Amino acid sequence: MDPIVILQAGVASGTVLLFAALGEVFAERSGVLNLGVEGMMLIGAMTAFSTTIATGNPWIGVLAAMIAAGLLSQIHAFIAVTLQADQVVSGLALTMVGAGISLVLGEGLSKAGTVSLLPNFSIPWLSALPVLGPIFFTKQSILVYLGYLMTPLAWYYINHTRPGLHLRAVGEYPAAADALGINVFRLRYAYIFVGGALAGLAGATISLAVAPGWFSELTTGGQGWIAVGLVIFAQWDPIRAAIGSYAFGALRRLILDIQAPLLLFGVDNPFYYNPYFSFFLQMLPYAFTVIVLVIGSREAVRKRLGAPAALGEPYIRGERGK
Amino acid sequence: MNATNNSFPLAVEMKGIVKRFPGVLANDHVDFELRVGEIHALLGENGAGKSTLMNILAGLYKQDAGIIKVKGKRLEFSSPRDAIKAGIGMVHQHFMLVPSQTVTENILLGLDEPRFLMRLSEYDKKIADLGDSYGLKVDPRAKIWQLSVGEQQRVELLKMLYRGADVLVMDEPTAVLAPQEIEVLFDTLRSMAAQGKSVIFISHKLHEVSSIADRVSVLRRGKATASGEPAKGVTKQQLASMMVGREVVLFVDRKPKQAGNVILDVKDVHAENDKGLPALRGLSLNVRAGEIVGIAGVAGNGQIELSQVIAGMRKCKQGDVTLNGEKVSNRDTLYGIEHGMSYVPEDRTHVGSSPNLSVTDNVIMKNYRKAPISKGSLLDMNAASKFAQQLKEAYDIIVPTVNTPVRLLSGGNLQRVILAREISGTPNFMVAVQPTRGLDVGAIEGVHRLLLTQREADAAVLLISEELEELLALSDRVYVIYEGKIMGEVQVGVGEPDERLLEAIGLMMTGTSLEQIQNEGVAAHG
Ligand SMILES: Nc1ncnc2c1ncn2[C@@H]1O[C@H](COP(=O)(O)OP(=O)(O)O)[C@@H](O)[C@H]1O
Ligand SMILES: [Mg+2]
Repeated sequence: MDPIVILQAGVASGTVLLFAALGEVFAERSGVLNLGVEGMMLIGAMTAFSTTIATGNPWIGVLAAMIAAGLLSQIHAFIAVTLQADQVVSGLALTMVGAGISLVLGEGLSKAGTVSLLPNFSIPWLSALPVLGPIFFTKQSILVYLGYLMTPLAWYYINHTRPGLHLRAVGEYPAAADALGINVFRLRYAYIFVGGALAGLAGATISLAVAPGWFSELTTGGQGWIAVGLVIFAQWDPIRAAIGSYAFGALRRLILDIQAPLLLFGVDNPFYYNPYFSFFLQMLPYAFTVIVLVIGSREAVRKRLGAPAALGEPYIRGERGK
Repeated sequence: MNATNNSFPLAVEMKGIVKRFPGVLANDHVDFELRVGEIHALLGENGAGKSTLMNILAGLYKQDAGIIKVKGKRLEFSSPRDAIKAGIGMVHQHFMLVPSQTVTENILLGLDEPRFLMRLSEYDKKIADLGDSYGLKVDPRAKIWQLSVGEQQRVELLKMLYRGADVLVMDEPTAVLAPQEIEVLFDTLRSMAAQGKSVIFISHKLHEVSSIADRVSVLRRGKATASGEPAKGVTKQQLASMMVGREVVLFVDRKPKQAGNVILDVKDVHAENDKGLPALRGLSLNVRAGEIVGIAGVAGNGQIELSQVIAGMRKCKQGDVTLNGEKVSNRDTLYGIEHGMSYVPEDRTHVGSSPNLSVTDNVIMKNYRKAPISKGSLLDMNAASKFAQQLKEAYDIIVPTVNTPVRLLSGGNLQRVILAREISGTPNFMVAVQPTRGLDVGAIEGVHRLLLTQREADAAVLLISEELEELLALSDRVYVIYEGKIMGEVQVGVGEPDERLLEAIGLMMTGTSLEQIQNEGVAAHG
């Protein structure tokens, strides 16, 4: 077990979480909680894979995945923003819809054989850096590099641009934004779409780069939920979301590798000989997610963590009070 | 400028405005005219339709009928953006500011400039300069949540001035200010009017009208009962009867009375607000039998948290609250109730009552545990109805039957339901938070009378209110709260309060302690 290899693979697998979490950061910063990330990722993974088979071009696959998941997210937008219904329920429903559609349409895809995948390459010069070079810049997928670019850009966009200012205002105090002529409804639709498209990209990252192929609901294996938990953990900040994503990616990878028939520190690997240990380890990220979601569902805690003040609340113009 | 001159050009003209909400006609063919350079007061009771009329002018609501002309041109507003473009800026009753953003960010919100990147430091400077030119001092880099209410109001004004507004609508701007801050605001408004801006000043306080307005319009139940009367030409009495529709005596009959033993004792209490920030910092006070003690203060200085700690609904980090010698803080609410606590919370519709339950269900919420309503593990609903019926008559609750859900009740009636429930438990202590907010004059009188009856019955009453007049009329003593601490305590005699008392309370509301005031007073006189 080479720690560098584990970390390198961890960054790749963390990129999946990163895209999904960034997307959810955008949606939640606009005040809309979307628990449908898992479903949108499945749609993305399935669409990316099948489109790539059909066209032979993985880029078209990625684009199709983002559009498909983005469109799916608009169901949530309609229910949560226009109909002003409960966002938790609608998000859960979206997960089921996304999973259902992708399982039906993805039927038979698992036997489809090989497709052309997205390119992997090393970055000259940077890959020569000690430790960081092999982990971050050697033989990674182009999408991993995209993740490096997207994180600071997302952070800068949210905190230092005019549209970012509007995004924050809509999530913090929509009535104030509305009074100044900002179209709260349109922005929320737009950022839910962004969230969906990024979840689709996360799905495409799995099926075309990190763990290529379509394995029905096991393709995503609950990573959408981990991403939702990460957003709370990251306090709605893209940089922190990236750190959390890579850490979780590495942890997932470590758990996989630790189940090999190895010697650990000179003794037989107990995780290999006793599968229950490894089941337990595999459970950990999900247990973490459950705990974070439970804690984060308490309004008082959310406030302390700095959640967007209007998160989860539909905006109704002219509503009194507050 | 002499804006009362008839030949003055009109800044805004609203004609035949109608606005309906489900079940209410909020504006009923209202005409309203604003002249360039005047300060025009829009007066009316709570619920008269003032905010609605101005929200229409600000493009937030769309009128069902009627026309709006701005500088002689007929305009249709489909959003606030249109109104802002036409030069109309509104400062809402509830500030429309994003608490987590800076002053500059809030001011730039929704503008096309800057296009993409926010180089805030350039704009900080611009905004500071704009503020200086109108005497509106505020730090552009401060986050809104760090500012006092008065400063936030200045940010709202700056926001509109920055957009080039020349018609400024201020919705009840004085409701959240201490007396001295009100003076500062009035000076600002006068200087803006002198620079050619037109100001609409919404209020339900009569005495403010004569001190600030050139002209006044009055709304009652959605109808205009006065349109653009010169403010100098009408008396308070006339205004009051236009507002209410009958003669009113704003007079509370509080007889001198000797207070008894200490009933409620709050000692060095510390507590946090919902955000986990300190809301109460070592606050102490007491209330004796047979007295009403007022808590004065600008909204948001810990009043709500104080009432919640006393009622047992908020954790007390340090210190304690004793009621009749029993420690009631950090215990469940039932323990307090069993020891004589009654609580009239600020939020009538969600904390004080359960909107979808009937009047009966709401009034038995405290005594359902005891006979005759409780029968073993069952409720005797006949006894409950009878009890509700008795309260309905005793407290003048106007409702078709006691089975009506309380969400259908008017504010005044709902408050009577709550007071009936609380008082019928014969408590010897009551904490009432903003018990008259949003009620009409008749209902206010009723609530005041009930509070005074409690005092006559030798109960201790803690009254938390943002209406200084109400506090001074009802209270025997007033504590002033500022940032979670008591700044001082004053005795209130019966009859008209004197100027010095008002001034001292005002100073304490903005953070000067009573000792400082007295020391300076001594220095000034000596
Ligand atoms: N958004 C709304 N939905 C329903 N009813 C409303 C709404 N806004 C105001 N009203 C009702 O319209 C009437 C006038 O309210 P408002 O204009 O706020 O009065 P004011 O500002 O004079 O106190 C009240 O009866 C109020 O309950
Ligand atoms: Mg109003």
